[in-house]
Amino acid sequence: MSVVVFIEHEEGKVKKSGLEAVSFAKGLSKGDVVAVAIGANVSSDELAAVGKAGASKVLHVNDEKLNKGVIQAYSHVLAEAIKSVGAKHIVLAKSSLGDPVAARLAVKLDAALIANVSEVPADENDVKTSIFTGKAFANTKVTKENKIFAIKKNAATVLEDGSEAAVEEFSTELSDDLFVGKITGEDKAKGEILLPEADLVVSGGRGLKGPENWNLIEDLARALNAATGCSKPVSDMDWRPHHEHVGQTGVKVAPTLYIAVGISGAIQHLAGVNSSKVIVVINQDEEAPFFKAADYGIVGDAFEILPKLTEAVKAQLN
Amino acid sequence: MNILVCITHVPDTTSRISFTDNNTKFDTSGVQFIIGPYDDYALARAVELKEANGGEVTVLNVGPADTEPTIRKALAIGADKAIRVNAEPVDSFYVAQQIAAVIKNGNYDLILMGRESIDFNGGMVHGMVGELLNLPAFSPVMKLEIEGDTAKMSREIEGGKEFIEAKLPFIAGCQEPIAEWKIPNMRGIMSARKKPLEVIEPTDSVKNTEVSSYELPPAKGDVKMISKDNVEELVKLLKEEAKVL
Ligand SMILES: Cc1cc2nc3c(=O)[nH]c(=O)nc-3n(C[C@H](O)[C@H](O)[C@H](O)COP(=O)(O)OP(=O)(O)OC[C@H]3O[C@@H](n4cnc5c(N)ncnc54)[C@H](O)[C@@H]3O)c2cc1C
Ligand SMILES: Nc1ncnc2c1ncn2[C@@H]1O[C@H](COP(=O)(O)O)[C@@H](O)[C@H]1O
Repeated sequence: MSVVVFIEHEEGKVKKSGLEAVSFAKGLSKGDVVAVAIGANVSSDELAAVGKAGASKVLHVNDEKLNKGVIQAYSHVLAEAIKSVGAKHIVLAKSSLGDPVAARLAVKLDAALIANVSEVPADENDVKTSIFTGKAFANTKVTKENKIFAIKKNAATVLEDGSEAAVEEFSTELSDDLFVGKITGEDKAKGEILLPEADLVVSGGRGLKGPENWNLIEDLARALNAATGCSKPVSDMDWRPHHEHVGQTGVKVAPTLYIAVGISGAIQHLAGVNSSKVIVVINQDEEAPFFKAADYGIVGDAFEILPKLTEAVKAQLN
Repeated sequence: MNILVCITHVPDTTSRISFTDNNTKFDTSGVQFIIGPYDDYALARAVELKEANGGEVTVLNVGPADTEPTIRKALAIGADKAIRVNAEPVDSFYVAQQIAAVIKNGNYDLILMGRESIDFNGGMVHGMVGELLNLPAFSPVMKLEIEGDTAKMSREIEGGKEFIEAKLPFIAGCQEPIAEWKIPNMRGIMSARKKPLEVIEPTDSVKNTEVSSYELPPAKGDVKMISKDNVEELVKLLKEEAKVL
């Protein structure tokens, strides 16, 4: 039985989350993995490379009308692709596009939707999911044959031992009423490492005192090739854009390394970082609660430590 | 303008999570329940829109009787009436079907929800309800302005936002900074007691998932402290011990 995976791309590149989803599907099933990519703004060479992660085929909906992620149109196209493959299992990575598409597909295909899947299940009917904003897990029994797995970052390790996938074009009728809700524009950081997908994150809190000091965070992030994040008050005060705010009411990150500078470690902030593999905390207050959640800590003044740390990273990583 | 706001009843964001009965039940002892923080943004925006354009705000919760204090709080904040569907909200598709049934029986110009519930964090109910009723659903919406029958929104996407224009009715999953949370005042609290809260029985709906047990993440080991005069050591440890660089 084949598994269909929705893969997203960004600036012409398949996102890592898509490769994770393909690898997840490969781990889930002995059957073929068929990936579906939507939009004309990605090349077939790039798509063929998805084979490395385990896809044998990529269906490419090569349509300019779908260069922007219009949710209802995407859900429709994907449902048609899934029907043409005859798949009963579908995998999507969590994102601002993956989530709403998964929700609509569940209804269209009469499938059980399992959200926040945190690892590849040994038994497809018994799936571990992350709940309470990462504070706990639920072992979820699924009673339906058709299943949609909406996976969290790091639910699977990206496989690299496959060969090139065959890329085929796929198209289907697109009626105008699939384009309700017109996307009139976009305001997006270009060329930045995107926080939700980043493997390394440097985050700053109120301890940085003001936006004019963010070059200290940015310098370290650049040296590490990391994304930048912040605490909620920092984005509330407009020191940093809203999409950088990490926590319960912000982005939930799951990097291999999270460096928190001048952040106290309120429980609502921790809820957004508890899936990180390693946490480093830099704070001048040795009593800061964040140290209890940290793997490594330095007590001291961020303004003194950050420049030194950036230099040390530059010296040791090259 | 008639607005429906779907609210969850969830543990306060500072709650420590634990389980009882051999890890099969959420331990509610000592836990304070609140309106889901994202649902609270939805409610605040709904009340603002009502104040600007007239109309009525209805809050809806799918849950057992113990959610009623949370529903009353929403009435105190400024909703005009409430509906509770008397059922355990165990599976997001089950909840979506209940909400869809209420929308079909009502006459709503706009349906506001939160971006996600903070217990199961699915972020899925809006899309499911949208598909069940063939309505557009947008989430997470950070800005929502309405003029006549058209709305202008911004929706957060990875690394930024996109701007959307849509005709009413539709569903929006809200998040900050769409509005500021509202705190109920004394008059609100008094009047909330008299506002109608209708309890309806669930429609026959399927459940596709069921939790068999819960687990807590493994406890963190001790933090390793490094002197501020030796930051080189930190980089070395991250490379050689933690192997993350
Ligand atoms: C419903 C709800 C949801 C919330 N959601 C979130 C969320 O999603 N994300 C979030 O982050 N917060 C959230 N909060 C807010 C949260 O409770 C905290 O208020 C917030 O995280 C504190 O941010 P902070 O650590 O940057 O600031 P502070 O608590 O002010 O801490 C600043 C820290 O910097 C340290 N410091 C000061 N100067 C220096 C220096 N020179 N060098 C080094 N360290 C220094 C201080 O010792 C202190 O520990 C939420 C709150 C509520 C009620
Ligand atoms: N039991 C419920 N009753 C009313 N609304 C709900 C319920 N569960 C979820 N919702 C709404 O759907 C949104 C998304 O929930 P979820 O998909 O569970 O993350 C929430 O923010 C609420 O607005």
